[in-house]
Amino acid sequence: MRKSEREIAESSRLITRRVVMLGAIQAAVVTALGLKLRSMQIEHADEYRMLSDGNSIKIRLLPPARGLILDRNGTIIAGNEQNYRVTLTREEAGDVSTVIARLRRIIPMTDRQAAEILDEIRKRSAVTPVLVADRLSWAEFSSIALNAPALPGVTPEAGLSRSYPRTGDFAHVLGYVGPVSDYDLSKIENPDPVLRLPEFQLGKVGMEAKLEEALRGKAGSRRVEVNSAGREMRELSRQEGQQGATVQTTLDAGLQNFATQRLGSESAAAVVIDVTSGDILAISSSPVFDPNKFVRGISGPDYRALMEHDHRPLADKTVQGVYPPGSTFKMVTLLAGLEAGVINPGSRFYCPGYIQVAGRRFHCWSRGGHGMVDAQGSLEHSCDVYYYELAQRVGIDRIAVMARKLGIGVRHDLPMSAIAEGIAPDRAWKKVRYDQEWQVGDSLNASIGQGYVLASPLQLAVMAARVATGRAVAPRLVKAIDGLAEPVPDWPDLGINPLHLRTARAGMDAVMNSSRGTARRARILAPEWRMAGKTGTSQVRNITAAERARGVISNDQLPWNRRDHALFVCFAPYDLPRYAVSVVVEHGGGGSAVAAPIARDILLYALAGGLPPLSAYPEAERAKVQEIWSKMNLAPSTRKGEARAKA
Amino acid sequence: MSYLNYHVAQVPTGWRKILHLNWPLVFLVTAVSCIGFLMLYSVSGGDIDRWAGPQMQRFAVGMVVMFALAFVPIWFWRSISVASYVICVLLLVLVEVMGHVGMGAQRWLVLGPIRIQPSELTKVAFVMTLAAYYDWLPVEKVSRPFWVLVPVVLILLPTGLVLMQPDLGTSIMLVAGGGIVMFAAGVSLWYFAAVIAIVVAGITAVMESRGTDWQLLHDYQFKRIDTFLDPGSDPLGAGYNIAQAQIALGSGGWSGRGFMQGTQSRLNFLPEKHTDFIFTSLAEEFGFVGAFSLLMLYVLILGFCLYSALTNRDRFASLMTIGIAGTFFLYFSINMATVMGMLPAKGSPLPLVSYGGTSLMILLMGFGIVQSAHVHRPRG
Repeated sequence: MRKSEREIAESSRLITRRVVMLGAIQAAVVTALGLKLRSMQIEHADEYRMLSDGNSIKIRLLPPARGLILDRNGTIIAGNEQNYRVTLTREEAGDVSTVIARLRRIIPMTDRQAAEILDEIRKRSAVTPVLVADRLSWAEFSSIALNAPALPGVTPEAGLSRSYPRTGDFAHVLGYVGPVSDYDLSKIENPDPVLRLPEFQLGKVGMEAKLEEALRGKAGSRRVEVNSAGREMRELSRQEGQQGATVQTTLDAGLQNFATQRLGSESAAAVVIDVTSGDILAISSSPVFDPNKFVRGISGPDYRALMEHDHRPLADKTVQGVYPPGSTFKMVTLLAGLEAGVINPGSRFYCPGYIQVAGRRFHCWSRGGHGMVDAQGSLEHSCDVYYYELAQRVGIDRIAVMARKLGIGVRHDLPMSAIAEGIAPDRAWKKVRYDQEWQVGDSLNASIGQGYVLASPLQLAVMAARVATGRAVAPRLVKAIDGLAEPVPDWPDLGINPLHLRTARAGMDAVMNSSRGTARRARILAPEWRMAGKTGTSQVRNITAAERARGVISNDQLPWNRRDHALFVCFAPYDLPRYAVSVVVEHGGGGSAVAAPIARDILLYALAGGLPPLSAYPEAERAKVQEIWSKMNLAPSTRKGEARAKA
Repeated sequence: MSYLNYHVAQVPTGWRKILHLNWPLVFLVTAVSCIGFLMLYSVSGGDIDRWAGPQMQRFAVGMVVMFALAFVPIWFWRSISVASYVICVLLLVLVEVMGHVGMGAQRWLVLGPIRIQPSELTKVAFVMTLAAYYDWLPVEKVSRPFWVLVPVVLILLPTGLVLMQPDLGTSIMLVAGGGIVMFAAGVSLWYFAAVIAIVVAGITAVMESRGTDWQLLHDYQFKRIDTFLDPGSDPLGAGYNIAQAQIALGSGGWSGRGFMQGTQSRLNFLPEKHTDFIFTSLAEEFGFVGAFSLLMLYVLILGFCLYSALTNRDRFASLMTIGIAGTFFLYFSINMATVMGMLPAKGSPLPLVSYGGTSLMILLMGFGIVQSAHVHRPRG
């Protein structure tokens, strides 16, 4: 279609008119820009030049208050406290050593400290304030303020410092903050200038480090007029900073406290997870340390004591520690077998107490054997031979797939440091790792959670939660940020046959509640909280032939670090699971004797929302429980209502 | 109007096209880019490899692309406009989908060694589509409701997708760019008045309702709006950044502090000194004379484009040129207004000057099409 001359003319006329209008609007905008430019660069240039030269007006950063970290009920588990401190700026001080000497008359300082401060001041730029002393008493602080004229360049400041009101309870999960080091700065591209403030604190490990960006907040600024000595004369304007986001965790401060105290001085870890939402209610590694000491700058002897302690208090055993899961892994092997169809819930194997494979004899823990064992019974009695038989039929690769499906050998992403992936070994893995072929003996070991299999307590809790629900529940630690709830994902179904899951759960139930269950002593009596679980005892050492010949040595006779690890996983209530718990006690001995009672106590505390009534325990256990309780110094439960109602 | 209208016989062909380029525009674009190299050299503290060098290489590539596009007959662009629009929308959808997989705002699409930012491509492609649409539409129908609705949908579709990324800045640019083409095409002024009135009333109503008992949004939605408007892109707090920028800018005075003499210690407080805040460095070192000169160079570029559009009797070419010039205008005015504290902080580059490959490339492509419109304008 050809356009007529008339149309073209009409179009041109219209465009011309509109371009003129458009041009007028654009000209107006450009004029506005030009005028603003003129106003700033010509009319007010002197003011800005003065600001720029910094002769009389300075811009000071106002550090933002760090965001609070709360437990699930709103209790503060990481907060800020008032801190009085003094900084010194070289440019304003002039003769630094004289000023320091005067300052030492007010604040006690060793010669070495004074030398360190002088060194630090020389290293930093002339305009950077350097921290001279902090955590001053009010008397010292006001005395410095009073003597200000004799102390040029010295600025007394009241600031905030991180504090952890629950001391050690959350040490591993929250981590701690500390002063910003040159190394920290070198790792950050374009570091926020606020990081260069002498008193600023940066998350070093744990959630404090992982959620640093959210917790830090935004710096404010103030314009101040200073005299020639650099003393502040007045504040011209002030723009407050913005406090970091308040992070509400899924943790329950009361439960965390109970779990930590229940683990006591053992080298141990416990994880409590809500099986429907994945919320981690407690994640405790013991022994604990006091993170407040790190915030204030830990002393040499204190630090050495932590480093040299053979129970490794600084390590977070819940996510960093990996252990052979022992018999707690049997649910994985069982479900792998059932899902592969090589057995059905009714299939039986005969256990004579050992099995001969590839010229080697693999023993069941029960020397006398278990006789005929079916799927449920295999968990109930924790029969090793059943799993040796099963492993040969199902093969390691399908066991590894099931392990990963249940959360072992995969990294669960949480805002915590150094989360271990664990190992769910298979043929390909061994080839890559050791350049060796997989042996049938490896399968047998793996089937009972020994050999190459490694899992963290977190992974064991996830496994228990997934067995309990049949869903791919993943752990989460953050419930809400600044009041905005983090949505709970609709965890997808694992795609495991419900009948098979029921078999595994029934086996775990029998472990606790049948007359011959391996952990019967640690059962819960209250029917509404009926508990299902699985014990595990994993060898740390190889039993030599000579030892075997002499007979099995009891754990008590071994040095601590060669004893077995005690493990336990469980969930409750059996009919409608709410919480899953895993407990690992390093070198604790037997899973049923050591780990199971701890797990039960923690689980009961979670279910009851506080200390449960004694009637929930079997009669034989009540005296022992009461004794344990009496030795505890529990923080009050933070949960409202629930505890009262049940108790 | 088909290409027959172009009096093809009179349009220059082959290498002779080079004589018919809009050479003043070429020189102006080069001049502004050279100012950019100079400033990038200066803010890097004299390290040419840091920003200036890479930027020069990109400029060289961009110029080749610009000349190549200038040689492509303008009717080619019109014939592919619909296809390019569809492709851009599909790319935006693709980014949206991949962004979801990657769990976060993703604006890039990676195709082997090339990284494409579809929202930037869209800026050119949909100006082209709107120009083609108004070229096709008889002039007397331009203001009829149905024929106004069509381009509005054409604008809102990619805008919505960009908004979902989420990239508020680019979506505002898209709406404004599209609005300029519609305005130039002659859509009745009443429509624009109505849209402006509705937007102003809507924003006022929503913001006024905050904290009252007839609040139109939930508190958390307001919070989201807050974070949306200021997505923590400047970790210092907007106030501090802008204050520093203004000090640098104002202290330049009439003639500035001299090349590389800006108080670098202050500028080190500006994390975006080589991108969004480069204008402050220029104003500090070259003063009002330098800053105003750059503004005038921009105005000249705009003027040459608009003049070229006015003298072009081909409706498509004319509207296309106006649309690209309008987008260019938005770029530099928004950036300058931001660093001078007239608009809330929002990441936007200074065109042809800020460090960054995508925006430079898209701008030079845009100017290539403007040149093509100029070279192939109907004659006689």
